[in-house]
Amino acid sequence: MGDRDSIYGFAALGLDTFPVTDPVEASKKLRQLAEGEYAVVYITEALAAQIPAEIDRYRLAPLPAIIPIPGVSGNTGMGILNVKKSVEQAVGSDIIFNGN
Amino acid sequence: MAKQQVNPTRMELTRLKRKLATTTRGHKLLKDKRDELMRQFLDLVRENKALREKVEAGIAAANKNFVLARAGMADEVLNVAMMAPMQEVYLETSHRNVMSVDIPVFEYKTRTSDANNIYSYGYAFTSSDLDDAVKSLADILPDMLRLAECEKSCQLMAAEIEKTRRRVNALEHVMIPETQENIKYITMKLDESERSTQIRLMKVKDMLLEQAHHYKERQEKTPA
Repeated sequence: MGDRDSIYGFAALGLDTFPVTDPVEASKKLRQLAEGEYAVVYITEALAAQIPAEIDRYRLAPLPAIIPIPGVSGNTGMGILNVKKSVEQAVGSDIIFNGN
Repeated sequence: MAKQQVNPTRMELTRLKRKLATTTRGHKLLKDKRDELMRQFLDLVRENKALREKVEAGIAAANKNFVLARAGMADEVLNVAMMAPMQEVYLETSHRNVMSVDIPVFEYKTRTSDANNIYSYGYAFTSSDLDDAVKSLADILPDMLRLAECEKSCQLMAAEIEKTRRRVNALEHVMIPETQENIKYITMKLDESERSTQIRLMKVKDMLLEQAHHYKERQEKTPA
């Protein structure tokens, strides 16, 4: 999921692509996908940043895995921030990234 | 100081002692679980980080190629080229149990077995940049799927670790001291009541002996 420019390449690999940019529409789509038969949803970081509540909803569910990926507009560091968040939740402080 | 009201009875004491034994054992087990979870989590999260860096670099490179491809081609041609994908990815999910956390395991299959079968267009009307772009994306797809698996596992394990840690702390700092406190309180109460019973018995014995033998009267008579 994401803006068309960022994701149309994945269509060639056989992934289903859903070009959306509007946050409201995106959350609707995400819900639809999550309740459907998708196990992994890649979403561009730019779009993911606009619907954090929807994404957090699926954080603790075993499936689907919602994975932010960088779009054409560049890497916002959100993906790595998510990993950091997991570490902080588990350990209590950030010991992997050492504040980077 | 007993925080909750406990009956200072022997029955309650046995119950509390049994509870303390269970709690201590539970605490030890949970602590082991937490340590093991933590160890596995750290391995996983390191892998997660490495994968993410790799995938992000890969996607950034692929995106550059795509931008080039887009610049060199008309929108319609590009749309036609991407319209009917040759490949399709099927994911099979199962799960693995790691220390009571169900983590997903993905296995993917592609529709055609040939890994090079990714170009959904004839090469006549498309630029070579598009080929490069598609190729670079195809190369990181396995890593992307692994990343999805890894990252989801990390999230689930982080939640489980947090839960376990809270339980361990609750047992260690609340349940166990409280039970010990209560046991101490009951023991003291019981000892105290035992002593007071003994004293009362001694007094009663004195009084009975006095009544039977009249020691005091005899003592008063003897010196006189």
